[in-house]
Amino acid sequence: MSEHHHGAGEGHDHHHDNHFTDMEARVKALETVLTEKGLIDPAAIDAIVETYETKVGPRNGARVVARAWSDPEFADWLRRDATAAIASLGFTGRQGEHMRAVFNTPETHNLVVCTLCSCYPWAVLGLPPVWYKAPPYRSRAVIDPRGVLAEFGLELPAEKKIRVWDSTAELRYLVVPERPQGTDGFGEDALAALVTRDSMIGTGLALSPEEER
Amino acid sequence: MNGPHDLGGQHGLGPIAPEKGEPVFHAEWEKRALGVTLSCGAFGAWTLDESRHARECLPPATYLAASYYEIWIRALEALLKRHGFVTEAELDAGHMLEKGREPKRVLTADMVAGALAKGGPCDRPVDQPPRFAVGETVRTRNFNPETHTRLPRYARARIGVIEAVQGSFVFPDDNAHGKGENPQWLYTVAFAAGEIWGEGANPTLTVSIDAWESYLERV
Repeated sequence: MSEHHHGAGEGHDHHHDNHFTDMEARVKALETVLTEKGLIDPAAIDAIVETYETKVGPRNGARVVARAWSDPEFADWLRRDATAAIASLGFTGRQGEHMRAVFNTPETHNLVVCTLCSCYPWAVLGLPPVWYKAPPYRSRAVIDPRGVLAEFGLELPAEKKIRVWDSTAELRYLVVPERPQGTDGFGEDALAALVTRDSMIGTGLALSPEEER
Repeated sequence: MNGPHDLGGQHGLGPIAPEKGEPVFHAEWEKRALGVTLSCGAFGAWTLDESRHARECLPPATYLAASYYEIWIRALEALLKRHGFVTEAELDAGHMLEKGREPKRVLTADMVAGALAKGGPCDRPVDQPPRFAVGETVRTRNFNPETHTRLPRYARARIGVIEAVQGSFVFPDDNAHGKGENPQWLYTVAFAAGEIWGEGANPTLTVSIDAWESYLERV
């Protein structure tokens, strides 16, 4: 962006050091003002960043899926009350307050989008990838999901039903992919390693043991 | 509002271009943008619905050209000014120029883990039973408010089926504008692609939205 306006377009021009990009300078200015005013604690920002870099990410969701594949009672609980079932594994909180799990089957493939903003199940998948929040995915997922999936290298059989979930409210959707063939006897750790982030959004499938190696 | 954010079904916005091995952040400023946005949300001065509305009120050309963290920051600046925490002159100067409004709380580092683990549940009890039942056919209303709504344009005036009664939740169309939480029943409503997209729609496709009760009418 080459614009230098603040707010919803009502601002006026300002100047900043050339060695910053516009957004670097803009965010730096904002953080400085807020810090000088005692409105934010820079150490709190560090703690938030660290949380989403190291603690809250798609490995959480993979644990949920691996448990569902391993334990039919857990899978049933996840189907009935995903928020509670997921909380039992320790994954709770911001953008995971109201969870729903949707299960892929041989007949139906699920795909999750937020056409209106960037709603995403942070508690199990972490922060959304750039493409999930960007106009191409948000515009096309509801009208051309097969074209979208093709961009991720995923071609589904022509007769397979596709169910797209537009996250228009505060429910956050986790796709439970189908358990790959050739994983009989796998423990939860080995199963979790097959569960990709994209397979829990619906833009991918779980890996086969051969793909994972 | 029929803003730039309401993207479902638009054409011509380009390839999705998923990135292999995408990092959590692409630049240092994105980390600060996340943290500043969450920290200011913790003031308790505005709701999540008001902040979503501030984002969709960005000029369309700005919105569509911006990364999502940029959208967050531009909307956050508007919220901070609207609620008296900072001034335009301060954002331009990059320094405090005057004492502004005091927030209800400031998020300190020791509060972060608890705040993120707690989140902000939006379910609220309502007195009356749900008006619609699972399996019932409904039509979404046709309206075009200039204010906040979570009924996307592509799903207005469409016939669908109630697939689940999801509980009762804060009504964003009111809450975004300081009119109170006014909770309503929320339903998952499923539409055949042909109902939404008409000729040439993929017969294997079903799209659902989560719709507040007042978005729906009996057929």
